[in-house]
Amino acid sequence: MDNFIIRIDNLSKTFADGVQVLNNVRINIKRNEFVTLLGPSGCGKTTLLRILGGFEEQTEGDVYFEDSLLKGIPPYKRRLNTVFQKYALFPHMNVEENIAFGLTIKKVDKQVIVARIIKMLNLVNLQGFEKRKVQSLSGGQQQRVAIARALINEPEVLLLDEPLGALDLKLRKNMQIELKKIQKKLGITFIFVTHDQEEALTMSDRIVVLKNGQIQQIGTPIDIYNEPNNAFVANFIGESNIIDGIMLKDCLVEIDFIEFECVDSGFTEHERVDVVIRPEDLQIFTNQDGRIKGKVTRVTFRGVHYEIEVMTQYRTYIVHSTKLLNVFENVSLDLEPQDIHIMHKEGPDE
Amino acid sequence: MSKRKYLITPYALWSIIFVIVPLFLLIIYSFTTTKDGKTVLSLESYMKFFDPLYVEVLLRSFRLAFITTIVCLVTAYPLAMILSSKEFSNKTIILILIILPMWMNSLMRTYAWMILLENKGIINNILSFFGLPTKQFLYDEGAIIFGMIYNFFPFMVLPIYNSISKIDISLIEASHDLGANKFTTFRKVIFPLSLPGVITGLIMVFMPSLTTFMITRLLGGGQVILIGNMIEEQFTRTNNWGFGSALSMILMAIILMSIIFFSKNESLDSGGLI
Repeated sequence: MDNFIIRIDNLSKTFADGVQVLNNVRINIKRNEFVTLLGPSGCGKTTLLRILGGFEEQTEGDVYFEDSLLKGIPPYKRRLNTVFQKYALFPHMNVEENIAFGLTIKKVDKQVIVARIIKMLNLVNLQGFEKRKVQSLSGGQQQRVAIARALINEPEVLLLDEPLGALDLKLRKNMQIELKKIQKKLGITFIFVTHDQEEALTMSDRIVVLKNGQIQQIGTPIDIYNEPNNAFVANFIGESNIIDGIMLKDCLVEIDFIEFECVDSGFTEHERVDVVIRPEDLQIFTNQDGRIKGKVTRVTFRGVHYEIEVMTQYRTYIVHSTKLLNVFENVSLDLEPQDIHIMHKEGPDE
Repeated sequence: MSKRKYLITPYALWSIIFVIVPLFLLIIYSFTTTKDGKTVLSLESYMKFFDPLYVEVLLRSFRLAFITTIVCLVTAYPLAMILSSKEFSNKTIILILIILPMWMNSLMRTYAWMILLENKGIINNILSFFGLPTKQFLYDEGAIIFGMIYNFFPFMVLPIYNSISKIDISLIEASHDLGANKFTTFRKVIFPLSLPGVITGLIMVFMPSLTTFMITRLLGGGQVILIGNMIEEQFTRTNNWGFGSALSMILMAIILMSIIFFSKNESLDSGGLI
C-alpha cells in the first residue's frame, strides 16, 4: 500500500454540460513509475491529468497522494508539477527567469537558484541558453525549458500532457529517449499523456488505455501489445487483424472453417470471439504450405518491411513481411498457437 | 506591388492637407509676430509662456490630467479583470454598457451632467425634496475631474480588457502549478503581460485629459482655466494666433516626449489600441 504514491479511486468526472469524460477510473501508481495514459482524443486522459494537477475537480471518487486526499488542495500547494501541452512558457521572461520561477516564489537563496539552473540546463542539454528569449527558441528547445522549469522544483510526480505533440518525428524520438533518461536519473514518478501508441510503448513502465473515460486495460507495454484485453486495445496498439472466430473448446479456435490450436482457455464452448492477429505474426508462403489460402492484392513498402494485403475467400489480412511478393501472386498464410490472441466479444455498451 | 502603392495616394493627400500643412502653419505662427503691420520672426510667443500665470495653468492641467488618469487606471483595471475572467457570463452586457455612451456626442453627454449637477439641477432637487442640504457640484476642479473620468474611462477599460483577455490561460495555470498563489500570479504573470494595454490606456486617457477645453468650459464654467482653454481663447477671443500656436507646440512637444518615454519602457506592439 505505501508503495503507491498516487491512488486514484473510482474517479468520475461529468462536465457542466452533462458530458461524462471519466467513468469510475481506478489506478494505483507506484513511486518512480513511468505511467502513460493512452487513448484517442476525447477519452478523458487530459482531464484525468488536470484533476491530478488541481485544475479540474472530479464529480465523484478520490485521489490520494501518499495517503492524503488531494481534493480541495489548490495547484500551488501540490507536490507535483506539470509540463503543459503548449509549453506555457512566460513570454515576458527569459529562459533563466522561466526556469527559476518556482524557486523565486519559494524565496530560495539566489546562489542556490543559479546553481540549480545550471544543473537543470545541463540535464535538458541547453547549456548557455540562460539569457535567451523564449520566443527565439525552437519547439524542441522550448519543450526542454518547460521540462526544466517543472523539474527544478524537485516534484515527486511530474505530469506531462502530450509534451511531444508539436515536435517533428526525429526530434520526438530523441526527446522520448531523453525524457526516459531524465526519469531514470532523477527517480521520480512520471505520468505521461499521449495518443501515440508507439510513444507509449517505447517509454512506459505501465500503460493505461482509456476509451470514453473508461479504463480498457492497465499493463506493461509487452502485456498490452501481446495480450490486449479487447478489440479496441488491440486495434489502438499497433495494427491488427481482428477476426470473428468460434471457440470450439479450450485451446482450439475455428477461423473461417479452419481449426487452429491456440493457448487461450476459459471460454464457453462455441462462444463467438474476437481473434487478434498481429500482422508481423502471420507467416507467408509462396507455395501452399500454409493453411489459409489467398492472393496478394496490394504491396506497400514501409521501410523495414513490406505491408502486404492478402485476400482470402472470406476476408483480407494485413501481413508484415520482409519478403517482396508480387500483386496477384497466390500465397498461403499460417499461424503459431502463441500468436493467436482470443478475446471476448465487446458488449454493445462498452 | 507598384499598383498597390497608388492606393496610398488618397491617404497621403489627406494627411498633407489636414495634418502636415496645418502643422507647418502652427510652427510658422508660433515663431512669428506682427509688428507695425509687418510679420517678423520672433521668439516672443514662447517667451510669453514663461509668465508664472501660464506655467501655473500648465501645471494645473497636468495635475488634473494625472489625477484623472490614475483614478481611471485604479477603477478600470479591476473591472477589466472581472470582464476577462472565464466565469463571468454577463461580460457582453457590461461591455455594451461601457461602449454605448461613446455612440453619443460627448458634448451632449457633458451637457447632461450639467443638467444633473446644476445648483437647481436634478440631483439638488432630489436632495432638497428629502430635506437634505443642497450642494454646489459644478464649477470647480472636482467637477472637471469627474467629467474627464466619465468621458475617458472607456479608453482605459478597453485596452486593458483587451490585453488581459489575450493572456493564455495555460500561463496562469503554469504559474499556479509552479507554486504561485493567486496574488503572486497576478504580480508576476498577469500584470506584466497586461502592461501594453495599461500603457495604451494611460496614453489614451492622459492625452485628451490634458488638452480638453470642452469639459472645462461646461463643468468648470470658466472658473477653472486649463491649457486647452487658454489655447482656444488665443484663437477665438484675444486673437493672438502666435501665442496660441506656441502653446500648442509646447503641449505637443510634452505629449510626444511622454509617449516616447512610455514606449521606450514597454513595447506597444503586442498591446491594446496603438
